Amino acid sequence: MNIQLNEEQRQVRDLCRQFADSELKPNARKWDVDHQYPADAVKKLAEMGLMGVAIPPELGGAGMDNVSYAVAMEEISRGCAGTGVIMSVNNSLYCDPVNKFGTEEQKRDFLMPFARGERLGAFALTEPMSGSDAAEMRTLAVKKGNEYVVNGTKNFITNGPQADVVIVFAMTDRSKGHKGISTFLVPTSVKGFSRGKADDKVGIRASSSCTLFFEDVVLPERFRLGGEGEGFKVAMQTLDGGRIGIAAQALGIAQAAYEEAVAYAKERKAFGNPITQFQAIQFMLADMATEIDAARLLVWRAAWMKDKGVRHSAESAMAKLYASEMSERVTSRAIQVHGGYGYVKEYDVERHWRDSRITEIYEGTSEIQRLVIAANVLKG
Amino acid sequence: MDFEGTETQQAVASAARKFATERAAPAAAEADRKSRFPEEMIRELGALGLLAVNVPSVHGGSEVGAVAYALAVMEIARVDCSLAVTMAVTNMVGETIAHFGTESQKARCLPRLASAEWLAGSYGLSEPQAGSDPNSMTTRADRRGDGWVLNGTKQWITSGDRAGVIIVWARSDVGAGKKGITAFLVEGGTPGLHVGRHEEKMGIRSSSTVSLTFEDCEIPADAVLGEEGHGMRVALTALDGGRIGIASQATGTIRAALDASARYARDRKAFGKPIAEFQAVAFALADMATAHDSARLMTLRAAMLKEARQPFGREAAMAKLFASEAAQVAVSKAVQIHGGYGYIDEFPVERLFRDARVQTIYEGTSEVQRLVIARDILLRDG
Repeated sequence: MNIQLNEEQRQVRDLCRQFADSELKPNARKWDVDHQYPADAVKKLAEMGLMGVAIPPELGGAGMDNVSYAVAMEEISRGCAGTGVIMSVNNSLYCDPVNKFGTEEQKRDFLMPFARGERLGAFALTEPMSGSDAAEMRTLAVKKGNEYVVNGTKNFITNGPQADVVIVFAMTDRSKGHKGISTFLVPTSVKGFSRGKADDKVGIRASSSCTLFFEDVVLPERFRLGGEGEGFKVAMQTLDGGRIGIAAQALGIAQAAYEEAVAYAKERKAFGNPITQFQAIQFMLADMATEIDAARLLVWRAAWMKDKGVRHSAESAMAKLYASEMSERVTSRAIQVHGGYGYVKEYDVERHWRDSRITEIYEGTSEIQRLVIAANVLKG
Repeated sequence: MDFEGTETQQAVASAARKFATERAAPAAAEADRKSRFPEEMIRELGALGLLAVNVPSVHGGSEVGAVAYALAVMEIARVDCSLAVTMAVTNMVGETIAHFGTESQKARCLPRLASAEWLAGSYGLSEPQAGSDPNSMTTRADRRGDGWVLNGTKQWITSGDRAGVIIVWARSDVGAGKKGITAFLVEGGTPGLHVGRHEEKMGIRSSSTVSLTFEDCEIPADAVLGEEGHGMRVALTALDGGRIGIASQATGTIRAALDASARYARDRKAFGKPIAEFQAVAFALADMATAHDSARLMTLRAAMLKEARQPFGREAAMAKLFASEAAQVAVSKAVQIHGGYGYIDEFPVERLFRDARVQTIYEGTSEVQRLVIARDILLRDG
C-alpha cells in the first residue's frame, strides 16, 4: 500500500501549482466578473500538455496517467475553476472517448489536434427536457443511405461557444430506449448547426456554455463514434472518467478557499487576539482540512483504478459525490471565517463558493451519484 | 501509488476476517448482553498473531506493519467492537513498549502480550479529573529506596483488571509540570494496585473498563518506560498510533452498519417492494458506503505513513476524527433503516449504535483531534 504521489506526479502538481499561482489566480476574478473566456490561459495549458493529459503522445497527448490528470485538474481549478472545467471537458469528455471508441481515422482527425490543444472539444448529452434521464432525449439521427440526418437541441453545453467539434448523442432507434442512442462527432462548421447565446451562470464564469441547435445536420457515417446503439455505453463510460475530473475540480476549489481562510484567520484580530486563537475558528479549519483530505484520497483512488483499467463507476461516483458536497461546505465555511469580507468581491472566497455549486450538478447530480453507488452496494 | 495491500497485508486481513466471521461474530451479541470478557477469543487472537501485529518478531510479535494492523482491526470491529478495542489497546501497549522499552522490559512483556499469556495490556493515562488535559494528572510517583512508590487513581482503564502489564503515567517531579511526568510499567497483581469499579457502559460492553487505585504501590527502578520526565512523549506517541486503531475500529463499525442495512433493505418490503428501491433508503446506503470508503482511505493512509516512518500525527488525528464522526451518522442511519427492528437486540444495529458512541470520545475526543489538526494547520498551512 502506498497512498502517495510518485515523483512524476509531484512534478505535475508543482508545475500546475506554479502556473495557477502566476497565470490563473491573478486573473480569475476579472474573468469571473466579465464572463470572459481565458483564451490565452487555455493556449498555455495546451503548451503544457494539459489539454490531453492522459492521451498517448503519438496521438498528441502528454501520455501521463490519470492520477497525474486528477492532480493537474485540482491545481488548475485551485487557480481558476472556470479554466479547470474547460480543461476537464476537453480531456475527459472529449479526448478520452474519442481515444477509447474512435477508429484510427477518427483519432487522426478528431483527436490529435484536440489533445494538442489546437482545437477544442465539447460533449453534448443534456437536453432541455432530459438531464439525469438520458433515455428521454429527443435529438434524432435518422439514417439515410450512408449518412445520418440529425435534428434536435442540446443545452448547458460547456465549451459550446468555442468548440470546434462536439460529441453529440442522438437517438437512432427510439423504440430501444437507452439502447437506441448513438454517438456522433459533429464539426461545428457543418450546415444546420447553430449556437444560442452563452448562459449567464452563477459560477465558473470563465468557462462558457450554451444551447446547441441541430437542424437537418447531415453527417457521414464515418462521423459516428462507436457502434450504432452504443451511445449510452459511450456516455456512461465517459462520465465515469469525467467524474474524476469534476471531483478534482471541486477539490481544487475547496483547497483554494481553505488556504485563503487560513491566511485570513492568521491576519485578522478580534477581542485582542488573532481569530486563529478561537476554537470556533480552529475547529472549522480542522474540519475543512480533514474533509479536503478525505476527498483527495477518494479522487486519487478512482484515478488509480482507471489507470489500472478496472471498473471504477462506484469509486468515481463516490469521489464526485463527496468532493462536490465537501466543496460547497468548505467554501461556505471559508466565507464564514472571512465574515463580511467573505461576501464581497474584494476577496476570492465568494467566487469559490459560487464555483463549487455546479460541481454537485454537472456530469451527474449528487442524486445520480447516489443511485450509482447504491446500485453497487445492493448488488454486493 | 498503490491502494492495494501487499500479499502479507491481504493475508492478515483475510485471516482476521475468517476469525471474525467464524469465531467472533457468533459470540458477540451474547458477550455484549452479559458484559462478558471474551477470554477464549483473546487467546485465539493471540494464536493468530493479532495481539502484537506491529511488534518485532524477535519479541514474539507478527511484525507485519501498521497497515496490516489497521486492516485487522477493521475486520474484527466489523463483528465485535468490544473485542476490537481490547485487541487495539493491547497492540498499542505492546508497540509502545517495543518503541520505548529496554531490552529486559521488551523481553519480559512482549512475548506474554503477543501470546495472550497475559490477556491484555492497559494504558493508564486518564484520571477522574484529567482526561483531555493529562497534564492536570495528580497520580504521584515518589522515590523509595532504589525504586518508586505510586499513589493515585486512574479512570476508564480498558482491560485494567485483566492486564498483565499497565503503562501508568504519574508525576515524578511535582514542580516540573509537563516535564515532571514519567511512564511506568506496572504488572498486574502488584501489591498496592487495586482494581476498582467495573464501569457499566452503554456500549463496548464485553470489553472491560475499570478504575485503578494505587496505594503505596511499590515498583522497581527499572519500571520506568522511556526516560524519567519524558512521560508525555511516551503518551502522545502511543496515542498517535492508538488513533489509527480507533479509526480502524470506527471504519469497521461503518462497514458493519452498511452491510446490515443493505441486507435488511433488500429483504424488507413496504408498499409492495423492497425498501432498498426507495431513494430515501438507497441514498442513505450510498452515503454510508461513501463514508466508509473515505474513512478507510484516511485510516490506511495514516497507517501507511506510520509504516514508512514518516510524520503521521495529523493524518492519524484526521482519520480518527473523520471515521468516528462518520460512524455516528452511519449507525444512526442503520437503526433508522431497520425501523423498530433497529431498536431491539434481535438485529445487530442497536449494538453498533451503542458501541459507536465512544469512538468520538476515547483515545482523544473529537475536540482534541481538532486541536491537534488545527495546531498543525497553523504551523504549516497558509
